[in-house]
Amino acid sequence: MSDWPGTMIKCLTERGVRLVTYVPDKVLIPLIDGFQGHPGVTAFSATREEEAVGIAAGATLGGMPSAVLMQSSGFGNTPNALASLIVPYQLPVVLVISERGVLGEFNAVQVPIARVIRPALDALGIPHVTLEREDDVEFLVTRSVHQAHRTQQPAALILSPRLTGGKMEG
Amino acid sequence: MDTTAGGASSALGPRPESHGGAPPGRRAEQRTPASLVATGGPAREGTTDVRGNVGGKAMSRLDLTRRLVAQLTHGEIVVAGIGNANFDLYAAGPRPENFYMLGSMSLAVPIALGVALAQRSRKVFAIEGDGSLLMNLGALATVAMVAPDNLTVIVWDNGAYQITGGQAAATAEATDLVAVARGAGIAQSGWARDEAEFERLVRDSLTGHGPRFIGARVNREPGAGRPERDPVLVKDRFMRGIGAKPAQPGSG
Repeated sequence: MSDWPGTMIKCLTERGVRLVTYVPDKVLIPLIDGFQGHPGVTAFSATREEEAVGIAAGATLGGMPSAVLMQSSGFGNTPNALASLIVPYQLPVVLVISERGVLGEFNAVQVPIARVIRPALDALGIPHVTLEREDDVEFLVTRSVHQAHRTQQPAALILSPRLTGGKMEG
Repeated sequence: MDTTAGGASSALGPRPESHGGAPPGRRAEQRTPASLVATGGPAREGTTDVRGNVGGKAMSRLDLTRRLVAQLTHGEIVVAGIGNANFDLYAAGPRPENFYMLGSMSLAVPIALGVALAQRSRKVFAIEGDGSLLMNLGALATVAMVAPDNLTVIVWDNGAYQITGGQAAATAEATDLVAVARGAGIAQSGWARDEAEFERLVRDSLTGHGPRFIGARVNREPGAGRPERDPVLVKDRFMRGIGAKPAQPGSG
């Protein structure tokens, strides 16, 4: 039984993440529930993803390491907040992006933004890894968050349907 | 945990009565068709505008900013939005607890919310212009939901996108941001009709429970100062100023 959400929550909280803000997504439910039930974490929804990035930036500035959870379509709401705040101010916010639009997508409007995520992150200079296998999760998450915090740079963790099962029609 | 959505508001108990501002529903009769270009400020002298400012005057943003800063004697944090809000905050006297936004229109309130959650023992003020706040009204709903005890949002409302040429904003004739804040769930929301009332509302924020929202009608004087446009320097000074990093580089 895959427990990628439990592993991610453990890795992020062990690396000090204490504030998690999100715009919900079905694939993210176990992460959201896990963070909301975690005694050391403040977790709540934001009305839009760039707002969530702003909240995480503020918490980080206040000394509270933070992560943002979003769906790939919601990533499309974030670029200005990333480009004008997270990147130039060198804020180690962790972005967790659940990937729609690939590997069995049934909704055409989810597909184009999925093609944008990695080129956009590359253009912004935000390191990203794609989590595909349960046994890679701990290494990739721990190392990515460690590097983000130590180098004062954001990091993006993309959750592939290969890991999460994704969202299927029906 | 008390900082999550449900717990925080219940932990505060019943909220104090709200103050100031026009009652909901009042503004519809007062409205006139929006002009394409705002002229002369959002309210005409001697009239009742959407803010409930009977004969209200447009105040000086820099003067109000100085009046705010003069009351900040306990390391209170100020997050000032892009443009004139942070130009005047800088002009009011640089403080290590000021965070100057160099971009990111609309994110002063979210950033201040995050800081407020991380720094529970300090009062935090977000200062935002009306155009910027209009871009992200949802942030007020999030503030109300999370209900940080230590956060106050101040909006400078001149009814215009002043810095880009004075184009009319929805606030010029239509939108009452204090009513919006109250509708979003920030019960303690009010207009400061003059300088004395502004000072009183700031004082209430410093001594009472948040979250709170203060609206102030301001004129269109240009912003007076310019913070150094070095984002990493701004971050570093701020984080050391509030104790989120060691006070001196290399000391911890």
